[in-house]
Amino acid sequence: MSYFFADQNIEAPDDFYEMLINAHDGLSNSDSRLLNANLILLLANQVGKVEILEEAISLARKSVIER
Amino acid sequence: MSAAVEFSNLGIKTILLESSDSFSDGSRAICWSQRTLEIMDRSGAATKMLEKGVTWNQGRVYLKHHEIYNFDLQMETDLKMPAFINLQQYYVEEFLESHLRGKKLTDIRRLNEVDDISITENKTALLSVITPNGKYEINAKYVIAADGVNSFLRKRLGLETKGQKFEEKFLITDIHVKEPYPMERRFWFDPIFHKGQSALLHVQPDNILRIDLQLGVDADPKIESNPTRVQSRIQKMLGENIDFDIQWISVYSFSCKRMDRFVHEPVFFVGDAAHVVSPFGARGGNGGIQDIDNLVWKLASVLKGLAPKSLLKSYDLERVPAADENILNSSRSTDFMTPKNEASKEFREAVFLLSKNMPFARKLVNSGRLSSPHSYHNSFLNSKDDPAFTGKGPIPGSASLDAVLGLKSAEVWLLDYLGREFCCLVFVNDSILSSKRFEEFRKFVKSLNPQMNLVMVSRAIISKNMRATVLVDKSGKCFNKWSAIPGSVYLVRPDQHIATRWKNYPELENLEQAFKKALGHCEGK
Repeated sequence: MSYFFADQNIEAPDDFYEMLINAHDGLSNSDSRLLNANLILLLANQVGKVEILEEAISLARKSVIER
Repeated sequence: MSAAVEFSNLGIKTILLESSDSFSDGSRAICWSQRTLEIMDRSGAATKMLEKGVTWNQGRVYLKHHEIYNFDLQMETDLKMPAFINLQQYYVEEFLESHLRGKKLTDIRRLNEVDDISITENKTALLSVITPNGKYEINAKYVIAADGVNSFLRKRLGLETKGQKFEEKFLITDIHVKEPYPMERRFWFDPIFHKGQSALLHVQPDNILRIDLQLGVDADPKIESNPTRVQSRIQKMLGENIDFDIQWISVYSFSCKRMDRFVHEPVFFVGDAAHVVSPFGARGGNGGIQDIDNLVWKLASVLKGLAPKSLLKSYDLERVPAADENILNSSRSTDFMTPKNEASKEFREAVFLLSKNMPFARKLVNSGRLSSPHSYHNSFLNSKDDPAFTGKGPIPGSASLDAVLGLKSAEVWLLDYLGREFCCLVFVNDSILSSKRFEEFRKFVKSLNPQMNLVMVSRAIISKNMRATVLVDKSGKCFNKWSAIPGSVYLVRPDQHIATRWKNYPELENLEQAFKKALGHCEGK
């Protein structure tokens, strides 16, 4: 069974995207990547369920490899 | 010009000063939104726009040559006006001017250029005007400054706009093609014909295409506006076998800026004179028309002695946030088109990758968020919403929703009955109409303001012989949209925005209070 919902779930997507991009203001590229890593871990903790995380990781990997 | 049209609707005479003797050159504003058309329709000026304009509801967004997604802006079918029409600004100006000439309430003075303004002790504006036949002065009670992005009046009064200037250069051009194009908006990220940049295509009447090409920060406007260079860029975009003539070229960079306040009595700033945005989202022209929609009925109410001068302050309080909303959306679109650092490039790349299979990511793709009417939900003109409304329906501050209704055997539109004057929109049935309470309500409404319109909507045809017109909502869609039951009342402002509403009849004193509040009598309360 698939946990992943491809449909829109983020409230106010434009607000979110702006927040996300602004968070990187003034950071070096390596600090930016570190911020992203931190963010992934925080969100993963919030999601909690290993099956969901597993599916997200595999979808993300697939989208990069099969591009 | 649209302000003069609104004033003429209300029977008020104006003088229109225009430095040029022709209509705008180049197409300039081309996308007119549903709300703009609804506003224009109050005076009948929308009919010609619709006849000549190109109606479009569809848009497509591409990455390279793959379509990422497409959208249909008009999901609802029972609206009088389409989501958008494209029409060159010079046509709109021509239609409005011919409308004004028919009405005979506007003194249109072309080749009349304001070369000075000062504010007198009595708070009137003393304008000095140059014409080919000499100079003269006008002492005006109120002035609406609609003199564009480089507003002379704004500068002369020592006022400025503040905000963000974008370094990115864009090429904008109108071309004439032989064969008609599909009536849709198309946007490309990183197109094959224009690598690493973005491109926008709009279709206008007379087989004219509007094309916007992003050129990067370092582009030289002089080199880029060379017609031969533009010719080759466009040929690459459209394909070798398409014949076209270039009509107009401009290379520009833009700002997202506004004045702190738009009200500097007796001068009121509107449109680009008060605020500017990028062209992605059709928020310039439409934002300006909505300024007018908001301002004119207020000025008219003060001029007619129906409202205190404090009503005029609400123009700032309602339209400044609207300008901010336009600036926010427009800046975000620009930021998405021109990623500012590695992180934003990477996120954009990720959004594009995921959007192939995941609809959620498509929502993050930003090629312009198209103009929609601003809701004045924090305005001091609104009264508190009735908590009994749990469903949807327009909340206080938002614009009215259109619906198709029946009148005898004809189909009519609800918005045709709202606006210009204040109006009570009442949802009724047989028993309400024959009740004593309703008769009292009706009399009270007329006693509040003889000009106030009473618009009634009923699910079924009313059997009794009524003096007043009752519109019939056979499908129940209108009741549903407005979240209404028989007995629901909406107080609608002259600009068709909602002042407040009651699920089941207001107490008469509450209606009176809400009406006064909507006219600016209770500022800050």
